[in-house]
Amino acid sequence: MFESLGDRLQNALHKIKGYGKITEDNISDMMREIRLALLEADVNYQVVKEFTNTVKEKALGEEVQKSIKPGDLFVKIVKDELTELLGGESSPLNVNGNPAILMLVGLQGSGKTTTIGKLANFLRKKQGKKPLLVACDVYRPAAIDQLKQLGKQLGIEVYEEGKKDPVEISKKAISYAKENGYDYVLIDTAGRLHIDEELMDELKNMQKEVNPQEVLLVIDSMMGQDAINVITGFHESLSLTGVILTKLDGDTRGGVALSVRHLTNVPIKFIGTSEKLDGLESFDPERMAGRILGMGDIVSLVEKATEVIDEEEAMSAAKKMQSGKYDLEDFLKQMKQIKKLGPLENLIKMLPGAKKMGLTNVNIDPKQIAHVEAIVLSMTPKERKNPDIIKASRKTRIAKGCGLSVQEVNQLLMQFDQMKKMMKQMSSGNFKMPF
Amino acid sequence: MGLFSKIKNMFSKEAEEKPKIEMNQEDTSMVENNQEAKKNTSEEKPVKVYEKGLTKSRKGFVSNLISLTSHYSKITDAYFDELEEILIMADIGVNTVMKFMDRLRERVRKEKIEDPNLLKEIIVDELFIIYVDEEVLESKIHFSMTGPTILLFVGVNGVGKTTTIGKLAWQMKEKGKKVLLVAGDTFRAGAVEQLKEWSEKIGVDFFGKEEGSDPASVVYDGIVKAKEENYDVVLIDTAGRLQNKVNLMKELEKINRVIASFIPEAPHETLLVIDATTGQNGISQAKSFQEITNITGIVLTKLDGTAKGGIVLAIKEEVNIPVKYIGLGEAKEDLQPFDIEAYIYGLFKDMM
Repeated sequence: MFESLGDRLQNALHKIKGYGKITEDNISDMMREIRLALLEADVNYQVVKEFTNTVKEKALGEEVQKSIKPGDLFVKIVKDELTELLGGESSPLNVNGNPAILMLVGLQGSGKTTTIGKLANFLRKKQGKKPLLVACDVYRPAAIDQLKQLGKQLGIEVYEEGKKDPVEISKKAISYAKENGYDYVLIDTAGRLHIDEELMDELKNMQKEVNPQEVLLVIDSMMGQDAINVITGFHESLSLTGVILTKLDGDTRGGVALSVRHLTNVPIKFIGTSEKLDGLESFDPERMAGRILGMGDIVSLVEKATEVIDEEEAMSAAKKMQSGKYDLEDFLKQMKQIKKLGPLENLIKMLPGAKKMGLTNVNIDPKQIAHVEAIVLSMTPKERKNPDIIKASRKTRIAKGCGLSVQEVNQLLMQFDQMKKMMKQMSSGNFKMPF
Repeated sequence: MGLFSKIKNMFSKEAEEKPKIEMNQEDTSMVENNQEAKKNTSEEKPVKVYEKGLTKSRKGFVSNLISLTSHYSKITDAYFDELEEILIMADIGVNTVMKFMDRLRERVRKEKIEDPNLLKEIIVDELFIIYVDEEVLESKIHFSMTGPTILLFVGVNGVGKTTTIGKLAWQMKEKGKKVLLVAGDTFRAGAVEQLKEWSEKIGVDFFGKEEGSDPASVVYDGIVKAKEENYDVVLIDTAGRLQNKVNLMKELEKINRVIASFIPEAPHETLLVIDATTGQNGISQAKSFQEITNITGIVLTKLDGTAKGGIVLAIKEEVNIPVKYIGLGEAKEDLQPFDIEAYIYGLFKDMM
């Protein structure tokens, strides 16, 4: 629900856009909106105070008065401040070590085990290295089992010794990794409260023994004002090197992201964006700030697309679209590629202007996509090339083939027809983008 | 005088007795149990437990309130600002706090209150009003008169659904119920195994299939088993799902349909588990789950940390779902029935 924070800010900014000058008078309404929006987003109370003060000062300062369009400048000030608050430059993982040792810590249920699986997958994929997972959560029932299953799914080895002393396990795991040429050792630890001295001491001991390059706090993005107690609690004991923010695919506004760096100076390094094992992304403060303000995140979108989309195929599809030869076969191919991009809702949110078009609340059921796919797959290649030949009896056959109704087949054919018409308009230059 | 004096009395009585703090398993408050005997114990004992569990939660909140009243000899704008901050820091919910502050200002103006000490009492009273809202609140579990009682547990990821089931199942078993746990979370790695370990730990029966099975079919077979083998209570675990995931919410709908096809009035309780550290998103969680299933109560978990779980006040106000249980730790004993008086009392204890 980052979007709705952006919404409120945009509404507030909208009010000022008409004015020629930012003054104490017209700024106070907006500051109030910003304050409420940030509080509703679970941004720490102190951070909100400081943020609104800084923005107010900067907006009222000289630079604004020289400006011709104060509204635009205000957007820039807010965005810059947000970026600053989110941590300025992005900070990469420190993996200088042979092997590099990474420890994941956090409260119960923040998503440590799932995240460690994603992180191992990420490191292997992006850097082509060999990771080892270490099961040191010896307390929660079936935690070791969970990590082992993730390891199995990913084809990454898991080091475990059952429910023994976690510090000993971690030490042995590192010798094992050295002997067997692993590049990374990722240690999963049990969830614990930051005020549980005994368990915090255990982590301190582990840190002393294994001397990790990274101690990463995994934190739930839905957390409220207590986040600051948790972050400072863990930071004071362990000198954290980074934070991983999980469950950002929910509708939380994730104000905790704004609080982390500002209050502790610990950078956010990754965000969790789905339950799937590739749902981990590098944290980028500027993009996040843009997303908060509803400016869209076209950079992420493009980056994601280039990762999974075959450029040649995309080019040939584009050519076909222009020439009007685009058929259901191409449609099917593209749909498969789009599916690789992950949940469509996430993609739509990245589009600039998506908010204005009311697209951010669109919920797409993956089943519907599967249905469309099933319909097209039930057609013969000839039908896919020439949807016009599909008449009543063919429709009945297709419907039977995919287990759906004739109406649903009709609907798809109609939509495809409309799409083709739109493509024609676009390539003839008569089409105006809505943003 | 309302709540304030009542809980104050309650406290002074207990202070004299100096009872040792202990977990009270008698207090799962089941409707069919002897109501009379229950009343006597439930008035005193939960308070102690809350006191213990909320010690850390309370610290920040209450010491802030105390310093607030000692800072100010008169009620000023700055006083209100600081009070607002304290309430927001307890995650009580921005809207709820804003409305609350408005009402408070109104009362101060109307009743011409100037002494901050008097206001403390009003703050407690007003918070109580937000939660109770002139209703008779039911914090007990409804049991089916015939056949098994079905309890469904839902919530977002990582809030403590499985652990809560373990704890509640243990309490029910101690009451002599024949309990079956059904592993409806077939998605998360290790979830089935986790519930199974709980069932072994507390000595109740377990039903589950391998990971990746259709959860609705697990629930179906689980209920068949429960009916055939005459279980009293069936506790169904479900996968954690973020409330904006359409397909997962539909899956939950299907599970509900399957349950209702056996026993029309079931599930007898659908409990939404919410993590006390949750911020404003808690309201969205309650609203979305309420749309899909008939949520009958909330289990507020992880209150043994520093989080205050104030969002439940906003949830009660905006979505009208009461809290039925609170989780205060990882052990099987660490689940207690919710008592709003004890809860508010726990937060304000040092102030009185």
